[in-house]
Amino acid sequence: MKAILTLDNLASGLVTTIWTPVFVAIFLAIITYAFWPRNKAAFDEAAHLPLREE
Amino acid sequence: MWFLAACSFERESAMSQPSISKSMTTGESGLAVVFAVTAFLCVIAAAKAVDTPFAFHAALSAAASLAAVFCIVNRYFDRPAALPQAEINGRPNYNMGPIKFSSFMAMFWGIAGFLVGLIIASQLAWPALNFDLPWTSFGRLRPLHTSAVIFAFGGNVLIATSFYVVQKSCRVRLAGDLAPWFVVVGYNFFILIAGTGYLLGVTQSKEYAEPEWYADLWLTIVWVTYLLVFLATLIKRKEPHIFVANWFYLAFIVTIAVLHLGNNPALPVSVFGSKSYVAWGGIQDAMFQWWYGHNAVGFFLTAGFLAIMYYFIPKRAERPIYSYRLSIIHFWALIFLYIWAGPHHLHYTALPDWTQTLGMTFSIMLWMPSWGGMINGLMTLSGAWDKLRTDPVLRMLVVSVAFYGMSTFEGPMMSIKVVNSLSHYTDWTIGHVHSGALGWVGFVSFGALYCLVPWAWNRKGLYSLKLVNWHFWIATLGIVLYISAMWVSGILQGLMWRAYTSLGFLEYSFIETVEAMHPFYIIRAAGGGLFLIGALIMAYNLWMTVRVGEQEVQMPVALQPAE
Repeated sequence: MKAILTLDNLASGLVTTIWTPVFVAIFLAIITYAFWPRNKAAFDEAAHLPLREE
Repeated sequence: MWFLAACSFERESAMSQPSISKSMTTGESGLAVVFAVTAFLCVIAAAKAVDTPFAFHAALSAAASLAAVFCIVNRYFDRPAALPQAEINGRPNYNMGPIKFSSFMAMFWGIAGFLVGLIIASQLAWPALNFDLPWTSFGRLRPLHTSAVIFAFGGNVLIATSFYVVQKSCRVRLAGDLAPWFVVVGYNFFILIAGTGYLLGVTQSKEYAEPEWYADLWLTIVWVTYLLVFLATLIKRKEPHIFVANWFYLAFIVTIAVLHLGNNPALPVSVFGSKSYVAWGGIQDAMFQWWYGHNAVGFFLTAGFLAIMYYFIPKRAERPIYSYRLSIIHFWALIFLYIWAGPHHLHYTALPDWTQTLGMTFSIMLWMPSWGGMINGLMTLSGAWDKLRTDPVLRMLVVSVAFYGMSTFEGPMMSIKVVNSLSHYTDWTIGHVHSGALGWVGFVSFGALYCLVPWAWNRKGLYSLKLVNWHFWIATLGIVLYISAMWVSGILQGLMWRAYTSLGFLEYSFIETVEAMHPFYIIRAAGGGLFLIGALIMAYNLWMTVRVGEQEVQMPVALQPAE
């Protein structure tokens, strides 16, 4: 069977494959957020959160 | 009962408020009416039922609905005009009632579930213990065991700890007045319907999703309420940052809702009967089932209990979380990867080959976030390792994380297709599940309850740390006996199944493999027995903590250090 490039094929192909780069991009953004130097102080404080209640 | 007595204590302290005219809240009157109507409908359903178990469940629901109406009205007459305040003297007035209820039920169902586990383990060793009765047959008791330990014991631990952690880490009182009670009591009523159903032969035959359509509908209502209570508490938080444990709890609650709805759409044969047919058919049904089944492991037995790890280990060790960055990264990695791992339950079946390989690949990738969590939990002990020597509760929590690391190493390995060709359908799987269930989920739950009960009942500490020590060693010995017996048994079984003679015939008949299992089944039952004894020691210890434990003296508010 010959693959024909129609708008339909292109659209469904895009919809089914777009998630891989989208999820990778989201995950990379999360890693960037976690390692962003300015966030370090806030994370260090959050790590102590269970210890400083009441 | 004592948790009700504790509630009346809360009431008394609120008595001194200036009196305002007393009236029912919308929640109280609304819920009372809803339950009254439900009771009426259930009576009709019981009368028109087409099978006996359905009639029994409808009658039980009618009785429970009437009891709910009575409790709501009775509570209204007993309470002062004003509802409990969100804060007293500038400090959050935490709601401990539902937490106490869930902790109690967790211990109750835990012992029931471990006991049924011991019974079915003994049935496998000595089949005469089936007693030739339908209600006590292995086929009906096995889902009773799995549901009792996972959903009844584990579920109550998760609800109790999540309600505690979300209040404490947000520094705010739990949202809702009746809603948290609706969640804890409603959830346990679901367990009752599910469990009695199994004994009476009501099942939709989906592993870990056995309850029939009406129990599923009820659980949906309860679970959505649980999500709303949790979210509403998060929204009104006083602490700007949402603590990582709450992320894990939220992932657990949301995903279980999605899994439950995805796996259970069913059409009842009659609205007055217990039997239904699931909407999915063929391999789609199998794929939905194991998408559900494996993510029940990932989000119920992992994400929820990791939330416990992230709050209770730092608290008990009095050390901050080792790496908060790692907690963020391994949380999201876990979320992105787990949801794809289900197909590894369907290797070498009608499931398309590429889907099996996909499931295997994602399972192997799960090594990283799983071990990220384990490392973070263990390293939180840095600077406090010496406490393991003196504090058996902390030891229990830490050993649970070690078991988590072990079983999440074994799981991905077993998902590799060639390994799976040996391990699948053998006792190796049972051994793997129990190293996770007894070692990780069981121990982290025990550790959390040992912390939670004194906190919730305002006690200085546990009745006896010595008994915790006994519990720890007896249960650990039980787990070691259990999992090593099942490893040997499973690998032996797998090798016997695939053994050929030089002429190409199967070397062993099936019954010969069953015979070879017998000694390991006895060792396994002994291990389960030890685990149960440990839990009985625990129940006694917690009971005595509540009954005779010394009250924690509250510091006068004026002497509180500034935050």
